[in-house]
Amino acid sequence: MSDRIFGGFGLALAIFYIWAASIIKDSFMVDVVGPRAFPYIVGSIIGLCSLYFILRPDDEPDWPHIREFSEIVFAAAVMFMYCWALPEFGFLISTVFATAYLTWRLGTQPLWSLLVGVLTSVGIYVVFHLILGLALAKGPLGF
Amino acid sequence: MEILSLLFDGFAVALTPQNLFLAVVGCFLGTLMGALPGLGPANGVAILIPIAFSMGLGPTASLILLVSVYYGAMYGGRISSILLNIPGDEPAMMTCLDGYPMAQQGKAGEALSLSGVASFVGAFFATCGLVLLAPQLVKIALLFGPAEYFVLFTVAFATLGGISSTNQAKSAFAAALGLGIAMIGSDSQTGSQRFTFDHIHLYDGIDFLIAIVGLFALSEVFIFLEHHRGGAVASASTTKVGRIMPDFGMIKRCIPSMARGTGLGFFAGVLPGAGASLGSFLAYSLEKQSVDREGKTFGKGDPRGVAAPEAGNNAASGGALVPMLALGVPGSGTTAVLLAVLLQLNITPGPLLFTKNPDIVWGLIAALFLANFILLAMNIPLVGIFTRVLMIPTRILMPIVAMISFVGIYSITGSSFDVMLMVGFGIAGWVLRKLDVSLVPVILGILLGNQMEVNLRRAMTISDGDWLVLVGSPLAIVLWVIAITGFVLPMLMGRRMKKRMHAARNEEEFVGD
Repeated sequence: MSDRIFGGFGLALAIFYIWAASIIKDSFMVDVVGPRAFPYIVGSIIGLCSLYFILRPDDEPDWPHIREFSEIVFAAAVMFMYCWALPEFGFLISTVFATAYLTWRLGTQPLWSLLVGVLTSVGIYVVFHLILGLALAKGPLGF
Repeated sequence: MEILSLLFDGFAVALTPQNLFLAVVGCFLGTLMGALPGLGPANGVAILIPIAFSMGLGPTASLILLVSVYYGAMYGGRISSILLNIPGDEPAMMTCLDGYPMAQQGKAGEALSLSGVASFVGAFFATCGLVLLAPQLVKIALLFGPAEYFVLFTVAFATLGGISSTNQAKSAFAAALGLGIAMIGSDSQTGSQRFTFDHIHLYDGIDFLIAIVGLFALSEVFIFLEHHRGGAVASASTTKVGRIMPDFGMIKRCIPSMARGTGLGFFAGVLPGAGASLGSFLAYSLEKQSVDREGKTFGKGDPRGVAAPEAGNNAASGGALVPMLALGVPGSGTTAVLLAVLLQLNITPGPLLFTKNPDIVWGLIAALFLANFILLAMNIPLVGIFTRVLMIPTRILMPIVAMISFVGIYSITGSSFDVMLMVGFGIAGWVLRKLDVSLVPVILGILLGNQMEVNLRRAMTISDGDWLVLVGSPLAIVLWVIAITGFVLPMLMGRRMKKRMHAARNEEEFVGD
């Protein structure tokens, strides 16, 4: 069933892709094939493969239970929030919380997780920013 | 002779103090990355690419650092296989079969040293093979026109699914997905905006580093989160390393196994799509058949069962560099990541690389030789340090890996949107992996998409729109035959081969228990 749903998504993607290719504007520079032909080929391959998944699905994959699945959803949500928080609060503060969350969810006690978060954040800041000179996100406090 | 003098020039580049230092750092970091379960060479290099670029190193220096990480990770994969019975990545899977029983018998140190020596032999001779074979392949590649190049890219996609997936439709889907992503942004020929929907962040297309780090490194974090909630991962602290200095008698007895493993591995590496997994599998299976037909010692801690697959997988990783450098077509996931490194440095691999940038290509090859010696020197005395890394709980290491991925991408792009896109790729990578869709063709599609389209359009311009130009030369026809065979053959054989690989491991695991 998973493959059939996947095939359905793939087919929708292929139709959307081919439609999006059809509205590509021509430029004053035109070659024989133009900017739409290759995307049409790619969209068609995606569509054909998706049809195959619908008609000949593989065995059902081993999906996680609702608990493990929600772990992944929450971790992804925390990562998105981290991306949003980086320019708002700066690297050091955002990283402490994101690392602490992930460490906690992987089985470390909350207080220890916070400590790991602080150590990781400071450690990365020292190694990558202070020593190697990488540009990290600056928050209102300048770090 | 010309090759030798070019190689000497390469050594002059690789042996500058800065490059030597980077090679040592790369080897050390690579071995650590490879030793961690779940983080193979592709992940290791993927995480470190953005960091290397944002440090502002020159092209040669960045390349030397990253190929040292690549070789280091190939060496390191064996450490967790032997000590924990958890392969760092797929090619290290066969090393578990005899390596772990050796560790259980208190010979972990010897198994580690032996595998270090076997890795050296495999990688060293494969690098020699690269020196001899790549320039020959370049001569053939110089005969290629745009149509032949287009077909060559098709060969890469058709064969890459190979044994990495049992379902060729899924490999084709993955490749098309990657090609589709590559089309986003300005069209290189006409400048038209494609698939950007007037979104300013998409005007320049999607940086392949974002896709690579998301698909490889972040999806690994999600997979880990799914399986190891609570941090229930084996720890190396329970396994005693024992004597570290190798027993020369044992090494001598394993020399023929290493030689056979190296030959097979190199051959498997050069074949597009086969890669290191097939190299180590073939080396182990054939070694078992040739020296232990009755199945008395293999799987129970036979040193030859450690030496052969380790030589095989390291030789394959050297072999995989041949088509990558000479034709611009990577043969494996990690070489696809290395191709991304080259493209990011504005170096286009392929025949012209050898004539236009000989300093880079020969500097790179010299760095590979150098990395091998550094790794051999580093791996035997420092085995204790590398094993201690495995004692740090992975529940602490994985979040650090995730954060380093974020740091790398943010420091290159400085944009929250791009980092969010990386998380999106991470989630997509997790879903695709669950559905058994190989990620390597996606990456390859993103990397080669523009080149493939440009060559198709050039060929069509030359032929004035006649599609028959794609089968217009004997070389093109030969390439089509290879592509079709490469696509169809795994449908007949791939499933059986993959099953045998997993069956071999499961069977031995059962015996090991």
